[in-house]
Amino acid sequence: MLTYVIRRLLYSVVVLVLASMLVFVFVTKSGDPLAALAISPNVSEITVQNIRERKHIDAPIHERYYYWVKDAVTNKFGTTLLDNRPILPDLWRVMKNTLQLVLVAELLAILLGVSIGVYSALRQYSAFDYSMTTFSFLGLATPVFWLALMLQVGVVQILERTGNQLFPIASLSAVDPGSGLEFWIDRAHHLVLPVLVLMVVNLAVYTRYMRAAMLEVINSDYVRTARAKGVAERRVTMKHAFRNALIPLVTLVALNFGALLGGAVVTETVFSLDGMGLYFVNALLTNDPYPVMAWLMITAVMIIIFNLIADIAYGILDPRVRYD
Amino acid sequence: MTERQPRSDQRAQDQDQNEVSLDSANVARPAGAHGYAGAVAVANEPEGPLGRPELATSDTELAVAYEAGVAPKARSQWAYARIRFFRHKLAVLSLIVLVLIGLVALFAERVAPYGFEYIPFTDAEALLENPNLIQESLNRPPQLEGKHLFGTDNLGRDYLSRVIFGLRTSLWVAFFVALLSTAIGTAVGAIAGYYGGVVDNLLMRFTDLILTLPGLAVLLTASAFLGQGDPLKVGLILAALFWTALARLVRGTFLSLREKEYVEAAKASGASDARIIVRHMLPNSLGPIIVNMTLVIAGAILVEAALSFLGFGIQPPNPALGSLISQGQAEGLRTWWLVTFPGLTIVVIALAINFVGDGLRDALDPTQRRVRA
Repeated sequence: MLTYVIRRLLYSVVVLVLASMLVFVFVTKSGDPLAALAISPNVSEITVQNIRERKHIDAPIHERYYYWVKDAVTNKFGTTLLDNRPILPDLWRVMKNTLQLVLVAELLAILLGVSIGVYSALRQYSAFDYSMTTFSFLGLATPVFWLALMLQVGVVQILERTGNQLFPIASLSAVDPGSGLEFWIDRAHHLVLPVLVLMVVNLAVYTRYMRAAMLEVINSDYVRTARAKGVAERRVTMKHAFRNALIPLVTLVALNFGALLGGAVVTETVFSLDGMGLYFVNALLTNDPYPVMAWLMITAVMIIIFNLIADIAYGILDPRVRYD
Repeated sequence: MTERQPRSDQRAQDQDQNEVSLDSANVARPAGAHGYAGAVAVANEPEGPLGRPELATSDTELAVAYEAGVAPKARSQWAYARIRFFRHKLAVLSLIVLVLIGLVALFAERVAPYGFEYIPFTDAEALLENPNLIQESLNRPPQLEGKHLFGTDNLGRDYLSRVIFGLRTSLWVAFFVALLSTAIGTAVGAIAGYYGGVVDNLLMRFTDLILTLPGLAVLLTASAFLGQGDPLKVGLILAALFWTALARLVRGTFLSLREKEYVEAAKASGASDARIIVRHMLPNSLGPIIVNMTLVIAGAILVEAALSFLGFGIQPPNPALGSLISQGQAEGLRTWWLVTFPGLTIVVIALAINFVGDGLRDALDPTQRRVRA
């Protein structure tokens, strides 16, 4: 087990290094972030020249990569290209915001998805099962950004007809959110729609997954044995079937959560939430390699850690799995 | 999908895989002998928990009819797949919808009432005839009676026409991605699974590497790098990420097929590696490959739409459903139809493809269960 974890981590380091090289080349070659600055009348040539020198822009690409690695290790990912702003504090801020969104949405999606999936499986081919299957098919076929926009459209239409704005459709807080409880109520109000979008998308996946896992377990030999030896039906479903059906879901949730910590890029963009996803898109739009690289490293590490957690959890929950 | 005639080097395979296809040689047999063919077809059905009872019964019926000599001729594996597919009503309906949408996209110039960029008041003659044209055409909501079923935007452009042209690009990209990624995934998986050892290890580590990367981030970075706007570039980038799942799948199938007797027989009779892979093993893993292709089409449509919406995919002047939605957003959410209809189109396509994929899975890949994550 320990050798397995160590080997996986070593392999991940190789992946990280390769990925960082690739992305660094991609971002630095994709455009000149200083081009707009250079032709701006408000910026003197000396300023541009200073930036060029500070960030070694004119050095060959492999030297620039070396400077980046040095900066990342010794100086906490360094600063942004244009305004020399420290990157890490910004990243922690947006990550905190993303966590609020993702945690609530995931928790709701898991709770609802598990209950709906289990109930669907227990009442297979019932009206409930069919409507939930339809719902998850719809959920899987709906683009996330469109769902978010349609909710906004709904809010705007209601606002036009009744003069009532049910929910805010952009940003994380009101202009003056107050403090303490007031702040959190305002934050919750702002998060209703984004959470709803993120939840629905994941709910569709979890429901289908849980239903399939539960069906498989219900028809397995050990559940039949439990029934045959006279265990009460309730105990069979809850103890013998349900607990085993949860195992594959643990993996799925861990993988999904790791990926979501990189920010729900689309949801955050549509609702202009100051989270990881929007941060990444904005960094990419300004062609600034440094925040993009920092974002990528942190996100990739998260994904790797949660992948590892998923694998280890699977081994603990299902002793039949062997690591080799 | 022609029925294969059993040839000397394929006989072993046919006997191993399906007794049914032997019948395609139209060998006259006594009625009693046919019972076996039917029995094989039943055994092919998903057994156990998730197999749908109605499917099993009807195939049993088939077998019974067969045995009684009522069913006139033997069927190949593909014929059985076809029968199973057409029994899946929702899949057939979805296929019809898809074909219709595909035809609309194919003949966009003839079907669309206006051009993609047609702005009514730039038409001098029409403007002379009707001086109120500008007022009339701007930001009109959809009308059932009028010409603009999907409404018009703030330049008076007909949104139905724009959606039809966008449809064409989006579908083209999706099919391109499906074909290319299927080709790459099959090749990588087949080579890894057939040769095993170091080759397998290298190829699969490479596949893992791509799977570990945050997908959307890589897509965004790659399209920022390659330059966006061009459907071909977007298709290439998507295909470069979409092949991994299939590669793993094909590798798994090939690893198990490698041990089959018919492969050994082919090897013993001196067939080359390429021949064994293409002629013997590939036909026997086609089912999952085709099913996976439908998943890729649906996925590619959704991801391309998201990319185009974020401004990293297909951009104007190239039409695409995603960028149409983003235009609708930019014009403010009061003109609800600009957001609603392109999005609904995407949902309908993705839904239909998923249903067709479901039907194909039942038809081609009976070992897979119908309900999957």
